[in-house]
Amino acid sequence: MEAFFSLASGLSVAIQPMNLLFALIGVLLGTAVGVLPGIGPALTVALLLPITFKLDPAGSIIMFAGIYYGGMYGGSTTAILINTPGESASMATALEGNLMAKAGRGGPALATAAIGSFVAGTIATLGLTFLAPYLVDIAVSFGPEDYFALMCVAFVTVSATFGDSPVRGLTSLFIGLMLGLVGIDILSGQSRLSFGVPELYDNIEVTTLAVGLFAVGEALYVASRRHIVEEKLEPVRGSLWMTKEDWKRSWKPWLRGTLYGFPIGALPAGGAEIPTFLSYSTEKRLTKYPDQFGKGAIEGVAGPEAANNASAAGTLVPLLTLGLPTSATAAMMLAGFQQYGLNPGPLLFAERPDLVWGLIASLFIANAMLLVLNLPLVGLWVRLLAIPQPWLYAGILVFATIGTIAANPSPVELIMLAVFGVLGFLMRRFDFPIAPVVVGLILGPVAESQLRRALSISLGDPMVLLQSPISATLLAIALIALILPFVMKGLGRFKAVED
Amino acid sequence: MTTNPQRRIDVAGLAIALLLLVLAGVVWWDMTKLQILSPYDLGPKVMPIIVSIGLAVLGLGNAISAFRGDLPERDSLDWKPIILILGGLAILIALISLGWGFMIGTAILFATTSAAFGRRAFVVDLLIGAGLAVFIYLLLGKLLTLSLPAGPLENLF
Repeated sequence: MEAFFSLASGLSVAIQPMNLLFALIGVLLGTAVGVLPGIGPALTVALLLPITFKLDPAGSIIMFAGIYYGGMYGGSTTAILINTPGESASMATALEGNLMAKAGRGGPALATAAIGSFVAGTIATLGLTFLAPYLVDIAVSFGPEDYFALMCVAFVTVSATFGDSPVRGLTSLFIGLMLGLVGIDILSGQSRLSFGVPELYDNIEVTTLAVGLFAVGEALYVASRRHIVEEKLEPVRGSLWMTKEDWKRSWKPWLRGTLYGFPIGALPAGGAEIPTFLSYSTEKRLTKYPDQFGKGAIEGVAGPEAANNASAAGTLVPLLTLGLPTSATAAMMLAGFQQYGLNPGPLLFAERPDLVWGLIASLFIANAMLLVLNLPLVGLWVRLLAIPQPWLYAGILVFATIGTIAANPSPVELIMLAVFGVLGFLMRRFDFPIAPVVVGLILGPVAESQLRRALSISLGDPMVLLQSPISATLLAIALIALILPFVMKGLGRFKAVED
Repeated sequence: MTTNPQRRIDVAGLAIALLLLVLAGVVWWDMTKLQILSPYDLGPKVMPIIVSIGLAVLGLGNAISAFRGDLPERDSLDWKPIILILGGLAILIALISLGWGFMIGTAILFATTSAAFGRRAFVVDLLIGAGLAVFIYLLLGKLLTLSLPAGPLENLF
C-alpha cells in the first residue's frame, strides 16, 4: 500500500501547472516526431538535452517521458498510413495496419492502436508503480560487484541475444564501450584515448554521439538510398471509430500484448521488437479470422501496439530502480537525469521521491493526454507528413548542429558530430545495431567504476565477482545469454517472423 | 561494392574487421601508458584491457563473417547526396572556426542537405535556412540564453 501513498504524493507534483505544461509539450513533441519519419524519441530527447539544461529537472524529465510515450503513439500512425515504421518497435504494427489502411479501414486501425496503447500504457504504468518499490528494496542490498554483473547482463541482452547477428551487436557495444573510455579517468586523473585534444579530455558527450548517429547518420543513409525507396501515404478514409465488432476483436489482443510487453520491457532484455512480434504471431495463431491475416486484421494492430507501449513503460522499471537503460530512448533519458547530477537507482527513490513519483504519476497523465489528443487530431498529425522530405531532413540537420554547438561551443564538437554521422551511416549500411553504441557509452563508465570499486574492496582479487551469489548468478545469466544466440540460430527470427 | 549471391569474400567486411583490430591495438597502446596508482588492482587499466581484447575478438569474428559472406546484402549507393551533406557540414565547421558565426554556415547546410534530397531551388533554400537560423538564434540564444558562436551577422541582433 506504500506505493499508493507514494503515487498520491507524486500526483500532487505532476498536477502542478508547470509540470502539466511540460507533460503536454512532451506528448505533443513526441507524437510529432513519432509521426515524422527519420526522427525517433531517442533523437528528440538528445536534441532537447542541451536546450533543457537550464530548466527545472522535474519538468524536463516529465517532458522526456512524455516524448517517449508520445513517440510510441506517433510511430503507429506512420506505420499504418505509409508503411514506414518510424522505429523498429512499430514494424509489427505496419504489417496489418497498412493493409487495413489500404482497405479503407485506416480509421479503426488508428483507433485500436491509440486505445490499445492507452490501455496497455496504463496497466503497465500501474505495474511500474507497484514493482518499482520491490525492486528498489532488492537493489539496496546490491554490492558493486552485483551491479557490475547486472550491467553485464544488460550489455549482452541489449547487443547480442536478440539481434540479427550477435557478432555485429557486440561490435556495436564495444565501439560504445571504447568511446566511453575517452577522457580523464576520474579515479586516477589520467587521460585515456584523448591524444592531447583538449575537447576529448572531458569525455565524449552522449548528445553528440546520439545526434550524430541518429540524425546525421539517418540523413546520410536515407539520402544515399533515395533513388531506391518510394513512400506512399494512404489517406484516412471512412469512419475513424471502431465498430462493436472491432472492440470485441481488440480487447483481448490489447491485454495479451500488455502481458508480453511489460515483463519483457522490465527485464533488462531490451527493445520493444521482441514483444511486438511475439504478440503479432500469437494473435495470428489465436484469431477467429485467420483468412483476414495478410489482408488487414485488426488483431494484428491491436496486439503489437499494446505490446509496444507496455514495453516502453516496462523499460522504465530497470531505468528508474537500477539506473539500467535497455533501449536507446531509455539511455537518452538516463543522460537527461545525469545532466542534472541525478543518478536513477534506489538512492534516487530515497533522496528525491518527489521527482521519481512525480515522473511516474505524470506518465498516467501523459497517457490520458495522448488518448485525447491523438484520436481527434489524427488528421492534423497526418498533415505533418506533407512536409517535403528535403526540408524535413535539412531542418533536422540544422537543429542537430545548433543543438550540438549550443551544448559545447567548439568546432571540434561539430567535427565529432560529423564523424559519428558517418559512423551511423556505415552502421546502417552494414546492418550494425545503433542502440548498443549509445548504451555502451553511457553504461560503460558506470560499469567500470562499479568493477573497480569491487576490485579495490577485494584488494584486486577478481574472484569477488563469483563469491557474491547475486553476482555469480547474474554473470551466469549473462554468459548463457551470450552463448545462446550462437548455439540457437533461431532467436533472431523474433525480429523477422513475417518476411 | 557489389553484392554477391555466391558466398564470396566480402571486402568491405574485411575492412571493418581490420579497422576493429586497429582500434584494439590503439586502445591497448594507450593503456600501456597509464600508471597504476594502487598496488592492489589494475585501476584505470582494467576497462581498456577488456575493451581491447573484446575489439580484437570481434575483429576476428567480423573477419570470419566476411570470409563466409554472412554480411547482409547492400543496395547500390548514391554518393552525390552524401558528399553534399558532408560538404555542408564541413563549410559550417570552417565558418565557425573562422569566427564568422553559425548563421551563414547553417543556411548553407540547410540548402546543401535539401539539395541532397533532390530539391533544385538552392537560393530559395538558402533563404529559408537563413530564416530558420535567425529563428533558432532568437529562441536559443536570446530566450533560453544559451551561448552560440557569434560572428558579424549574429551581432546585428
